[in-house]
Amino acid sequence: MKKYVSFFRLRFLMGLQYRTAALAGIVTQFAWGGMEILVFKAFYEADASAFPMSFSATASYIWMQQAFLAFFAAWMLENEIFDSIVNGNIAYELCRPLNIYHMWFSRSIANRLSRAVLRCFPILIVAAFLPKPYGLCMPKSLPHFLLFVITLLLGLMVTVSFCMLVYSLTFFTISPQGLRMLFTTSVEFFAGAVIPLPFFPETLQKIMELLPFAAMQNVALRIYSGSMSNEAMLKAIFLQLFWLFTLTAFGKKLCNIAEKRITVQGG
Amino acid sequence: MITMEHICKSYKIAKRNAGLKEACKSFFHRDYEEIHALKDVSFTIQDGEMVGYIGPNGAGKSSTIKILSGILTPDAGTCLINGKIPWKNRIQHVREIGVVFGQRSQLWWDVPVIDSFELLKDIYSIPDHTYRSNLDELTERLNLGDLLRSPVRQLSLGQRMRCEVAASLLHSPKILFLDEPTIGLDAVSKLAVRDFIRNQNEIHGTTVILTTHDMQDIEALTKRIILIGKGQILLDGSFSDITKGNPHIDETLAELYRSYDI
Repeated sequence: MKKYVSFFRLRFLMGLQYRTAALAGIVTQFAWGGMEILVFKAFYEADASAFPMSFSATASYIWMQQAFLAFFAAWMLENEIFDSIVNGNIAYELCRPLNIYHMWFSRSIANRLSRAVLRCFPILIVAAFLPKPYGLCMPKSLPHFLLFVITLLLGLMVTVSFCMLVYSLTFFTISPQGLRMLFTTSVEFFAGAVIPLPFFPETLQKIMELLPFAAMQNVALRIYSGSMSNEAMLKAIFLQLFWLFTLTAFGKKLCNIAEKRITVQGG
Repeated sequence: MITMEHICKSYKIAKRNAGLKEACKSFFHRDYEEIHALKDVSFTIQDGEMVGYIGPNGAGKSSTIKILSGILTPDAGTCLINGKIPWKNRIQHVREIGVVFGQRSQLWWDVPVIDSFELLKDIYSIPDHTYRSNLDELTERLNLGDLLRSPVRQLSLGQRMRCEVAASLLHSPKILFLDEPTIGLDAVSKLAVRDFIRNQNEIHGTTVILTTHDMQDIEALTKRIILIGKGQILLDGSFSDITKGNPHIDETLAELYRSYDI
């Protein structure tokens, strides 16, 4: 266990090094979040009753999403992992007494955590001080907040275990391009990154909520903005655990098969 | 002890000719060629031996090293290293070996060398005092002193290679696989790495298997040479079996490659 923790630590420290990138990220997230809120504002002004979430809940959803973008952004896959498969540096990783799956898992979690730690606070603080419907509201209650933290971490792990599938599949396809494109767009759409899931038509929404994508950012962000009933929260957390377990099991299996038939590219 | 018996490994390679028409054709129908990288390779290496593993480009040297270090699974044949099958007991096996791939890097690019070393310490669960004494010894003998605190990306190739060799020996492995460790090194670094490898073998009794195209490496380091060509072992003997007293080593070797038609 200790080796994976050290791996985590080194990756985490490395992530904290990139200050300019973090600053640029913060600015982007402010601009993006602001724009999204203004678009929704226009919709709400047309007919507020047509929307399943109140405007201020939607604003909170968006700010939280921007603050923890690094947790859930599907496109933040680790290029170093792809590179190691594509150019054959995987050879060195296989010479270590480590399980490849666990190593990459801890590394991805560390990468996302370090990015989020650098970026979330300025966004959270500024968003909390924005005037009423546009800013970040306080959570509904303390239990809601605790559930938010738990589901946020579960969502992070589900996202990473999904990414692990992409890494493992790259062993078979050699080039990650196609997989990345397919994976990134489907996650963005189905996870509620473009628009929150409650905004989808009801039948579609029922199906989407069962998919692994809904177990990523959707649960935590909606619990925070208080737009989920107790029963729905319970079901959503159960689904998060289910998908975390299923995706990891499947990813490990895939990784094992890949290790057996590996070819090291580039001599 | 390392025993390799009847190891075979083949790769499937997609081939096509140049040009747009060929590229389009290969979109629908792809021609694969099976390349037999290793055909029935067998040898035994005793503990504490230093073996040079030579052959022309594409002969199967790296494939052998990768099978021995548990990275590749061969198609057929058996291999036992200190009682373990490398690709089946990969994790237990790699604890006892050190590997240097001359054309790749195992150090983390953006952080100081010492951070990578500390990570390796935890990865191999090296006890504190062993780590300390190994690090001191390696620092002194490979002259790493100032390098340890510099980020890897700012080291020159030779400096980095010395750090790479050190990184592979922190956990006191019993066997060391070196895949072209002196590639691109200047004379001074080359001599330093060579001296170091020889000492490592003499002092710690480390088994060393070395692939290289540099015959001076072989001459300086190894008593036994295995020559491989087109995936088959062609010669297993001493340095003088190959040179036969001829002072022009490279010419002799080229002549030998030609005579085997490899």
